[in-house]
Amino acid sequence: MTFTQNAARDRTAARESRRDQPQGGGALTPALGWFSLGLGLAQVAAPEAMTRLVGAGGGRREAQTMRAVGLREIATGIGILTQDRPAGWMWTRVGGDVMDLAILAGASSSRGARPERLAMAGAAVLGVLALDWLSARQESAAHDGHPAAREDGPVHARGAVTINRPREEVYRFWRQLDTLPRFMSHLEAVEPVDATRSRWRARGPMNTTYAWEAEITEDRPNERLAWRSLPGADVDNAGEVRFERATGGRGTVVRVDLRYTPPYGRAGMALAYLFGREPGAEMRDDLRALKQILETGEVTMSDAMLGRVRHPAQPDPRPVPHTSDHGRPV
Amino acid sequence: MKATCWMGKRDVRVERVPDPQILSPHDAIVRITSTAICGSDLHLYNGFVPTMERGDILGHEFMGEIVETGREVKTLKVGDRVVVPFPIACGHCLSCESQLYSVCENSNPNAAMAEGLWGYSPSGIFGYSHLTGGYAGGQAEYARVPYADVGPLKVPDGMTDEQALFLSDIFPTGYMGAELCGIKPGDTIAVWGCGPVGQFAIRSAFLLGAERVIAIDRFAYRLRMAEQAGAEPLDYEDVHSVLEALREMTGGRGPDACIDAVGMEAHGLGYALDRAKQAMMLETDRPIALREAIQSCRNGGTVSIIGVYGGFVDKFPIGSLMNRSLTIKAGQAHVQRYMKPLLNLIREGKIDPTFVITHTLSLDDAPRGYEMFLNKRDECMKVVLKT
Repeated sequence: MTFTQNAARDRTAARESRRDQPQGGGALTPALGWFSLGLGLAQVAAPEAMTRLVGAGGGRREAQTMRAVGLREIATGIGILTQDRPAGWMWTRVGGDVMDLAILAGASSSRGARPERLAMAGAAVLGVLALDWLSARQESAAHDGHPAAREDGPVHARGAVTINRPREEVYRFWRQLDTLPRFMSHLEAVEPVDATRSRWRARGPMNTTYAWEAEITEDRPNERLAWRSLPGADVDNAGEVRFERATGGRGTVVRVDLRYTPPYGRAGMALAYLFGREPGAEMRDDLRALKQILETGEVTMSDAMLGRVRHPAQPDPRPVPHTSDHGRPV
Repeated sequence: MKATCWMGKRDVRVERVPDPQILSPHDAIVRITSTAICGSDLHLYNGFVPTMERGDILGHEFMGEIVETGREVKTLKVGDRVVVPFPIACGHCLSCESQLYSVCENSNPNAAMAEGLWGYSPSGIFGYSHLTGGYAGGQAEYARVPYADVGPLKVPDGMTDEQALFLSDIFPTGYMGAELCGIKPGDTIAVWGCGPVGQFAIRSAFLLGAERVIAIDRFAYRLRMAEQAGAEPLDYEDVHSVLEALREMTGGRGPDACIDAVGMEAHGLGYALDRAKQAMMLETDRPIALREAIQSCRNGGTVSIIGVYGGFVDKFPIGSLMNRSLTIKAGQAHVQRYMKPLLNLIREGKIDPTFVITHTLSLDDAPRGYEMFLNKRDECMKVVLKT
């Protein structure tokens, strides 16, 4: 069985193309990054002195708040200075400024507060807020209009598997569509609506559910099937699957090419990585399951794989009354 | 049920675990009557195989009675007495159709993990780490057997458990080791390692027409058992160089084929250096026997590897291999391919596999069996566990 997987290469290409584009914030952004870092270090190292400086009184609670704000400043500073696209981090600074204004307002009622210093600190934060806002807008604008660099650019995953069954059979199985959830682990259901349209439901990270309608854009029996989601989809996606004769007639090569816009953008993707795996690896597992179903009639399961949770190679004490191909209750 | 569980390095315990259940329509559940500890289980015991988890049930040599079948099982019924091959094979992929059962393309649900280490995944194996599937093993009272129509072989009435049990692994493994040598009449075969698999390789080499077999080990009782089969013993601790000793024994030419029935935890020349490299993760396996087998083989000969290796080795003598036109053949045994023919050899009386058994213990004594087998105590050769 052979697999090719190009998602990683595509991600690298996307990163490289970002490097080529003009920088948006000019010198302002790194300057604000250094400012963030310096301020944060001072706040963490000498919270009491900083608290007195802004006139917020000298209590323990105030110092703790100051230290927490300092940690946020350091994280933001590092983010701005190290990321290729600091727009997100600049918006974090804007949010931080607003938070700081709220804290300063709250501090005016604390014991030992010095209103004139608080007012000066507030004015300083307002000034920085203006700069942050400007820089964040510039950074964001720089990325619009560059498809490869957009925050919500599509994820591209490809995979291939060779199945020891005739092309007609493999195509027929896939074309039914409602068979797809049997091997695509993230799909809950696919219901054909008419000859070309179908309704899809998928699971996302952390028990989220996504739904969309899709239409088949090309259907060449036993050769190629292409589809795309219709407007209004929770997850915009498009894909194609090709069915090729393996050399020597040794079965059918199935090649899948899938693009989708991950829910919640790249941030959601990063989160999904934490809880799951990268889309290319998922696709390879799915194609393996397809091969298992078509060649053996079932998805291979071992004791340790039950429910896809880490588990020693022992029978599971839970009863398994009737399960679907993925070991999930039907 | 009771099962032998791997609880950490050199820590094996018989624990109470849940009974297995039918998970897929092609499954069967076997009530195990006899099971055995394999030399390759010692690699797990010693912690040399990655991806073991505390609680994993061990054992890949077992037989027993079918007590439950999935709805798609056609050839077996409740009450059948079967011996189960250690590689799990689907019977329908290109590998299985080519009788390469131990590299079945479908039976390892952790194929992605194996691909990371080996490029592609072999078949699943009972009780042999998560890298080969995370299947519960057979040193237990019951086991779930996937693809039950493909693997298990019905044992004829009148044949004892002890006669049939080793069809699960060591007899086919030793036989395949000899078969890979492409033995021609008059050939001399050298076998590194006179443990159970080596013993079966020696006897199989004779069955396949070898004129001489040279058996290499360091334990007198193991060399004695090899001699009883007609092999010439070579104690590697008695000689300065195995290469020189074999050169002399074969009149300056070298054995026509060499079988490595040792694998990743070899002892011998340069042991300390390889052990250190293993400890420092410079290599995962100690290829001492394999290096000797390659260097010692005659020009144009064949080296057959049936001892288990897991990862990477250092100082692999590729120059000797290439310049002298050697052929290397290797593999986990395609047990399903050999079960019936070897069963017939047993029935015809050409071989009695029970010769290898030195200890019969109850399943509860499995931890003692592991310790005894590892330390070669009481001239331990093969431990059979009865439930």
